[in-house]
Amino acid sequence: MNGPAPELLRVEDLSVEFGGRLRAVDGVGFTLKAGETLAVVGESGSGKSVTALSLMRLLPERIARYASGRVAFDGKDLLDLSPAEMEKLRGQDIAMIFQEPMTSLNPILTIGFQIMEPLRIHLGLSGAQARARAVELLELVGISDAERRLDQYPHQFSGGMRQRVMIAIGLACDPKLIIADEPTTALDVTIQAQILELMKDLSRRLDIALILITHNLGIVARYADRVAVMYAARIVESGTAEAVFSRPRHPYTMGLLRSVPRLDRARQTRLATIEGLPPDLANAPLGCRFAPRCPFAIDACAEPPHLSETDTGGLSACHRWEEIAAGTIREVPAEPAPARLLAAGGPKEIMRLEKLTKTFEISRGIGRKPGAVRAVQEVSLSVGEGETLGLVGESGCGKSTLGRLILGLEEPTSGTIAFEGKDITAAPPAERRRLRRDIQVIFQDPFSSLNPRMTVGSIVEEPLKVYGLRKGAKARGERVRELLDQVGLRADMAERYPHQLSGGQRQRVGIARALAMEPRFIVCDEAVSALDVSIQGQIINLLERLQAELGLTFLFIAHDLAVVRHISTRVAVMYLGRVMEIADRDAIYAEPLHPYTKVLLDAAPVPDPEVEKMRAPRIVNGDLPSPLSPPSGCVFHTRCPIATEECRQTIPEPREIRPGHFAACIKVEAQP
Amino acid sequence: MTSYIARRLLMMIPTLLGVAILTFFMLRVVPGDVVQVKLMADGGMVSPAAIEAERVRLGLDQSLTVQFLDWMRGIFTLDFGNSMWTGRPVAAEIASRFLVTFQAALMATIIAVFIAVPLGTVSALYRGSALDYIVRVITIGGLALPSFWIGMLVLLCLLRYAHWLPPISYVSPTEDPWGNFTQMIWPSLVVGYRFSAVLARLIRSSLLDVLNEDYIRTARAKGVPARTVIWLHALKNALLPAVTVVGLEFAFLIGGLVVTEQVFNLNGVGKLFIQAVEHHDFTMIQGLVMMFAVIYVLANLIVDLIYAAIDPRIRYR
Amino acid sequence: MTDTANLQPRRLSRPTFGALGRFAYQQPVGAVSFVVIVVMLLAGIFAPWVSPYDALAVDYGALLSPPSLDHLAGTDAFGRDVFSRIIHGARTAMIIGLSSAFLGCTGGAILGAASAFFGGRVDSAIQRFVDILLAFPLVVLALVVVAILGRNPVFGIDISLIFAIAIPIVPQVSRVIRAAALTVQAMPYIDAARTAGYSNSRIILRHMAPNLVTPYLIMLTAYIAQAILLEATLSFLGLGVAEPTPAWGLMLSGNAQDFFLTAPWLVIFPGIAISLAVIAFNLFGDALRDYLDPRLKQ
Repeated sequence: MNGPAPELLRVEDLSVEFGGRLRAVDGVGFTLKAGETLAVVGESGSGKSVTALSLMRLLPERIARYASGRVAFDGKDLLDLSPAEMEKLRGQDIAMIFQEPMTSLNPILTIGFQIMEPLRIHLGLSGAQARARAVELLELVGISDAERRLDQYPHQFSGGMRQRVMIAIGLACDPKLIIADEPTTALDVTIQAQILELMKDLSRRLDIALILITHNLGIVARYADRVAVMYAARIVESGTAEAVFSRPRHPYTMGLLRSVPRLDRARQTRLATIEGLPPDLANAPLGCRFAPRCPFAIDACAEPPHLSETDTGGLSACHRWEEIAAGTIREVPAEPAPARLLAAGGPKEIMRLEKLTKTFEISRGIGRKPGAVRAVQEVSLSVGEGETLGLVGESGCGKSTLGRLILGLEEPTSGTIAFEGKDITAAPPAERRRLRRDIQVIFQDPFSSLNPRMTVGSIVEEPLKVYGLRKGAKARGERVRELLDQVGLRADMAERYPHQLSGGQRQRVGIARALAMEPRFIVCDEAVSALDVSIQGQIINLLERLQAELGLTFLFIAHDLAVVRHISTRVAVMYLGRVMEIADRDAIYAEPLHPYTKVLLDAAPVPDPEVEKMRAPRIVNGDLPSPLSPPSGCVFHTRCPIATEECRQTIPEPREIRPGHFAACIKVEAQP
Repeated sequence: MTSYIARRLLMMIPTLLGVAILTFFMLRVVPGDVVQVKLMADGGMVSPAAIEAERVRLGLDQSLTVQFLDWMRGIFTLDFGNSMWTGRPVAAEIASRFLVTFQAALMATIIAVFIAVPLGTVSALYRGSALDYIVRVITIGGLALPSFWIGMLVLLCLLRYAHWLPPISYVSPTEDPWGNFTQMIWPSLVVGYRFSAVLARLIRSSLLDVLNEDYIRTARAKGVPARTVIWLHALKNALLPAVTVVGLEFAFLIGGLVVTEQVFNLNGVGKLFIQAVEHHDFTMIQGLVMMFAVIYVLANLIVDLIYAAIDPRIRYR
Repeated sequence: MTDTANLQPRRLSRPTFGALGRFAYQQPVGAVSFVVIVVMLLAGIFAPWVSPYDALAVDYGALLSPPSLDHLAGTDAFGRDVFSRIIHGARTAMIIGLSSAFLGCTGGAILGAASAFFGGRVDSAIQRFVDILLAFPLVVLALVVVAILGRNPVFGIDISLIFAIAIPIVPQVSRVIRAAALTVQAMPYIDAARTAGYSNSRIILRHMAPNLVTPYLIMLTAYIAQAILLEATLSFLGLGVAEPTPAWGLMLSGNAQDFFLTAPWLVIFPGIAISLAVIAFNLFGDALRDYLDPRLKQ
């Protein structure tokens, strides 16, 4: 490459209004050079997706209005173009890839047709020419047997494959720019890595600029050249990835970076959090919108902020960036990690699963053999009192089913669950009802885990009534207030209905409901996965505090490896219904033994560009097999980098390779 | 694909069996003795001897099992017994009238589709505009205005302004195409209006739903021209559910034309059904109910087969 | 901790004047329909006091007279005032329409919810049965019930007619409510209730049923309209309400047909009444659905 890359896209002061009142994008501006990758980061409601759609003018015409701005692309102002001219540009010079691969393709048209469409419309290729090019594109994105697959329909492809098809469609006419809106959020970690590596590779090879919209700071660190951070419809900071991550110049960026759990570092502190909630965009203030939550806010912050160039060469919207740069104002250091109270000689075992198996029969209609989904296969685990066992895995690994088995929502096909030494699977119904109180749950989706027809107060009060834990309405009311306070909610929340609360608040209500029963063991089924990063930290800290105060034991089911590392004492990794590895938290992250664990850890990016530059992740190939027909022998052998013939024939049992560290792989040598 | 067809055919059997059993017991559920009820309603003699004679004539004196077996055997041989009112075979009575109703239902369906598809589409595409509003008013009319009332008003106008009277008996299309057309067009239009209202509303909401789907956004992002997006990507998907509705509503029309046939004096199965109810002609009712059910099940099958042919999600599992 | 989400309270569980006012504001068409419904209900309840003439009073001096100040809707072949008969017809329509719709919808809802709750073979068996009943249009089933039950007037109201209209409604409503119940059952808050060890009856009454109220109410309004239409149809065919009880459908049959060339008002006014009732309930149902189940498209 000779000379600096030419500027490809310049966005200036872009503002988009909905319904005349709500500015979803407010004065956004950034530039992009040819071949560069820019990441636009923000939490939900920050306006990043709307920005992307507005660049392509894909917003519904009747509701969205461009209040101001210029979008200079390749010499033309996109906002000035007629609809016909815009149509010519879309798919040809600028392509877009969306978040949901399962619904982004037309189900009744063949993949081939959908790929060839832009070729025929924009490039005027004939049928045969288009088809040849389509085959080329499919091979480019890593789909084998392309000729045959062109005539197949979307439902015959997996999620990861469909996203590859979307990329192929995007590449069809050799665009100069691809906008990818959360392209991997809906995919599993290992598939995510495949897709992102593919995109990075293609972007480099074909010199295509990439705008990557995401909320995942790890992805930004690994793939972006430059970053723009958005908050409440505005850009608050931008610059090179290296600069923004190591020398942030805006309190929001700083807060964000501190509240993300780290995959690669041993945990030393509690998660720093950003208190409060993002503002309501319909009534947003003119001044700095982060001010209500900012630890450094001063009176001057009521003035509308402007982006100024900082010492790192980027832009910051903070009035006080110089002080940040100089170090005269700094964040309060995070609280140290809580000491784990563990009895001498290791924790007492509170739950033991012994060869637990659950197979679901799926009937496929008359005259067809029923299929069997082997959700959980011969899982043996033990959980110590007061500890947190993290359970990670991708789709189909059975972690959710395992949780449901423990909770009694499903009956095991075989195997036992022992709680405090007693076999609960064999217990009579009256006994199990009593046990219900001891084992409780916090669900993933704050929106649907609370009955929309009941007030917060009655939701939390119900267990008290059913189990007679407090006699009389007054005593119950007091206990409800107590519980709400314990989870950080004000007492007057009790009168509200769930739909009047935010996601984080609803999750707190769910926790209060679980606590009302005074349980000993709580299954956290993806309890923080649906929350924004800044809210996630609040809930994680709350759970830890409650654990210490009340002596709770957690089974923490999640797919985010960093969060699991942060909160767990020990971690178990599952794949297709079987346990692959179990060890102490730090042991498993620092020295993973099982090939799958290694691949999983490689696939998850860390929010630190320096670290990422030095990693050479091994990307595993292939799709996740379906639990309907898991591979024989070791379930991972089809994708394992070190698999041999033996692996196809024997099912490896978890063996203690090091003290307390189990791995289910015949290739791993025992170590003294 | 062939296994899909085979399975669908097999699934029809239990349903038809269920209907046969149900209709059989229907006759026996009547409070009071069937024969007595009928004879009394006829104003005829109700001496015990007369009742007994009638029972023997209808085969009601046999044991339940024998009656049931007779009934099942009758279904296979298309012998539904004799009308309790006219004495003639039920199957013959139905057969002679079936064509009328079938033609009316068919014409109504064609009219409905021709009206509803453009109206529903336009209404969805220009949502919120005056055009949409007009279409919605028209469709509300179709749903709310009783079809027999509209029929009467239409007849009123025809009589008053065109001096046209509906013919006494059915004119077959092979004999006199024009005569047949003038006779059948009016009831078909009236019923078709109602049908088109239901269909237009369905198409409208289906199209609105589809236009909000992600794959439409993908198509636009590819630069596909707006017109193509609508015709190729959206409409095909939106019309899929309409296929089901058209098929099933057509089947419903066979039974649902009862009132229209009354108003326009058409000698179809609907009119037959009403007469049967009026005269407590239970064997006729039985036969007609069986026929309605069979037609519905067949329509269901045909709809499923069409779906299998056009929806790739079913064609390639 | 700062509070207040950006979410607008959609609707409170307990109806208050605030809620009614908001409904009227958001759904003006629905509000107007509601008013029409209330007017009809009142007309039906207070029919004898509100109508200018006795609905049954015969007046041979004024046979088949066109609409005038004396007789707002004219008179029929017996000299009866059509307007009064229409008002009394409202009473019939309301009584039969409301009770049969209520009976049918409630029966259907219980059947559908039970089917979903018990699942497994019970569900399959009930659904097979419902499948068969769904093979017939409402009119046909109603006629079959009429044929079987005959006429059974109780205090002037034909009970079997109410059943004849209610029974065909049951399978249709059960299908919809079953689907809604299955959705509710799959919700995590039901899992949470099960995990908490609540009894089945508590789960059904406290957690499932309140969440089925919305689809139930929407079905109810839609089927009241259908029931009124069905009653009119059956009466028109002479198989519904019997003379001399005033009923809109009845008013359209018989001598309305004989005389409609010379006295078109006999046909026009009862038809308008039926249409008005059906439109009002339909529009109100639509508005209710939009209000209770807002799809906010930004």
